[in-house]
Amino acid sequence: MKLKKILPQLLTLLFIVLIFGFFTMNAQENMDTRGIEFGFGFLKQEASFDIQFSLIDYDGSHSYARAYLVGLLNTLLVAFIGIILATFLGAVIGIARLSPNYLIRKTASFYIEFFRNIPLLLQIFFWYFAALRALPMPEDAPLLLNSSFMTIKGLYAPSPVWTNGLTFLAFFILAIISIICFNIYANQKQENEGKQFSKLYISTSLLIIIPLLSFFIAGVDLSWSFPEIRQMSQSSYTFDGGFKIPPELIALTLALTLYTATFIAENVRAGIQGIGKGQKEAAASIGLTPNQVLKLVIMPQALRIIIPPTTNQYLNLTKNSSLAAAIAYPDLVLVFAGTAMMQTGKAIEIVGITMATYLTISLIISLLMNWYNKRIAIQEK
Amino acid sequence: MFKHSKKLFAILAAASMLFVVACDQQGGKQSKGKSKTLKNTQSKGFVRCGVSQGLPGFSNADAAGNWTGVDVDVCRAVAAAVLGDASKVKYTPLSAKERFTALTSGEIDILSRNTTWTLSRDADIGLTFVGVNFYDGQGFMVRKDSGINSVDDFANGISACTNIGTTTELNMRDFFNSRGISYEPVAFEKADEVVAAYDSGRCDTYTTDKSGLAAQRTKMTNPDDHMVLPETISKEPLGPVVRQGDAVWEDIVRWSLNVMIEAEEYGITSSNADSMKTSDNPQIKRLVGSEGELGAAFGLDNDWSLRIIKQVGNYGESYKRNIADTGILPDRGPNQLWTKGGILYVPPAR
Repeated sequence: MKLKKILPQLLTLLFIVLIFGFFTMNAQENMDTRGIEFGFGFLKQEASFDIQFSLIDYDGSHSYARAYLVGLLNTLLVAFIGIILATFLGAVIGIARLSPNYLIRKTASFYIEFFRNIPLLLQIFFWYFAALRALPMPEDAPLLLNSSFMTIKGLYAPSPVWTNGLTFLAFFILAIISIICFNIYANQKQENEGKQFSKLYISTSLLIIIPLLSFFIAGVDLSWSFPEIRQMSQSSYTFDGGFKIPPELIALTLALTLYTATFIAENVRAGIQGIGKGQKEAAASIGLTPNQVLKLVIMPQALRIIIPPTTNQYLNLTKNSSLAAAIAYPDLVLVFAGTAMMQTGKAIEIVGITMATYLTISLIISLLMNWYNKRIAIQEK
Repeated sequence: MFKHSKKLFAILAAASMLFVVACDQQGGKQSKGKSKTLKNTQSKGFVRCGVSQGLPGFSNADAAGNWTGVDVDVCRAVAAAVLGDASKVKYTPLSAKERFTALTSGEIDILSRNTTWTLSRDADIGLTFVGVNFYDGQGFMVRKDSGINSVDDFANGISACTNIGTTTELNMRDFFNSRGISYEPVAFEKADEVVAAYDSGRCDTYTTDKSGLAAQRTKMTNPDDHMVLPETISKEPLGPVVRQGDAVWEDIVRWSLNVMIEAEEYGITSSNADSMKTSDNPQIKRLVGSEGELGAAFGLDNDWSLRIIKQVGNYGESYKRNIADTGILPDRGPNQLWTKGGILYVPPAR
């Protein structure tokens, strides 16, 4: 009897091992006959191609490993900005969808149905080429906020120039630590004595005041480097100074945000609607203000419904960012699984590394979101 | 529960047997044959050819899906030689990034896609270049009103659109670095997006092989607003590629191309090929198959080269039809026969 239970499982395991073995053998044999060698030594070689946009110091004389890092950081950058913007926009649209105002409600519904049902790649192309058509050439660009230029070649904005920047960073970290300490203290006070602090106001003030202090007592100073137009030839211009956000990044972020926000909005709506009407009425009947009802009764319960499907949307957004390759945003796929793969011919190694990287990013996001989900889940006592 | 596991057991056993059979077949395929690729091609009845996603003059499909171009003609020549019919080709359009993987993984048997022959590609990644069917070089396209008339007019901060996965990306870096000019590389996966981005003004210059620039210029909104700068910054010998490890197939592709070039040298064209059978020149007779046994070396019949010339034409006819008459590059430049001032020179077919 026991054997009969174990045997099928053993066979399944054997089967899986054989399948993997077969594919590995097959790949090895074919690579042997074609004289392709397997190995990761290429990562140390000089990459000898340049990348348009990089968060770290990079040029073609750096290694392939460094190029990989540039691509990875660019992917993380667009995913990070996209997740934050999509969450805000999604929450707003989701709540607007439940608005008693007809116009607001219908506009939100229309937005969701429109953006949710058009393939993302098309939206990326649309925003990119629409932006390129609509934006002015550098020499015609109007001055925005007295400091920036939005042109077809990207957004040129002033960049900060720090004196004693590290000291400022230290003060900033100090501010964060003091906020955490204050919150722990305030929670204990409330638990023990029932005394309430307005935590948000005090935390915000701490975040502003402590870093500001560094300017007066620690000799920190900040000035700005403004973009200045320069003529390159008879009719072509560019900007010097400041920092530049390429139009590819703007279009990609816009498309990913607008697309993912529709799904998050629906999650938010479902979460709020999933809370029984009785909860709201009961909370009101014990004398809570409408603000307190939302903050203390509705949202904590709604979040339990909202978080798990929203985690999926965060993962989707991150993976969808690989469509960047279509519009020349140098993400992991374009730089590493694109140019680097072509120049080295190490298809199996590079696709393997790229897959493992996306898997790792996704697992980390899942882990964080699961941790958060556990924190807000019902604590059975 | 008991019944269930019995069923599962049976399924697994059957699957394992299938697996063993599959392994056996795989082993059988590896047995020594004359040319595995040739045998496969003949049994399939078509040549599997990797081409570009649309480059006028080299490989481009019309509205009806008919492919034309000098790169396409190499595949057609091989089809004429091994299958007897130049139209028996299955084309797979590939991006620059996909092309080598498609070839090494066995999805296609010839890659004829304006591909530059370089040492690292030839030696490193399981490929063999069989020859050159177009001598090209990298150049730059700019707007006529930009005031840039030569690469000496390039200034710091110039943005350059190009394709990823090409030698262009590397040459561009060498070029700008050696001149100490800072530049912004904007690299796209597909050529159509490069053209659209450059055309809209995203980039100050568009760089790729000069033949490519000439062909893509025709796709711009106003082709006359753009010009190709006179300088050539690299050598780009473009040619067909095969997988490493099948020497006979490699020879067939190489000599199919060589026959086209040599036929032009001896004045054999698609229209006069049959009458050349009775020529006094033994080399002409060998090329049209009325003397010698050239095909036997590859396991082909003796009319293989005659079929190439009759169905596809010689290299000059192919160039005229695809590149000169379409207005892309009317001047043959280096792609002229060595006897007429060019550098096309192939070993003798004898």
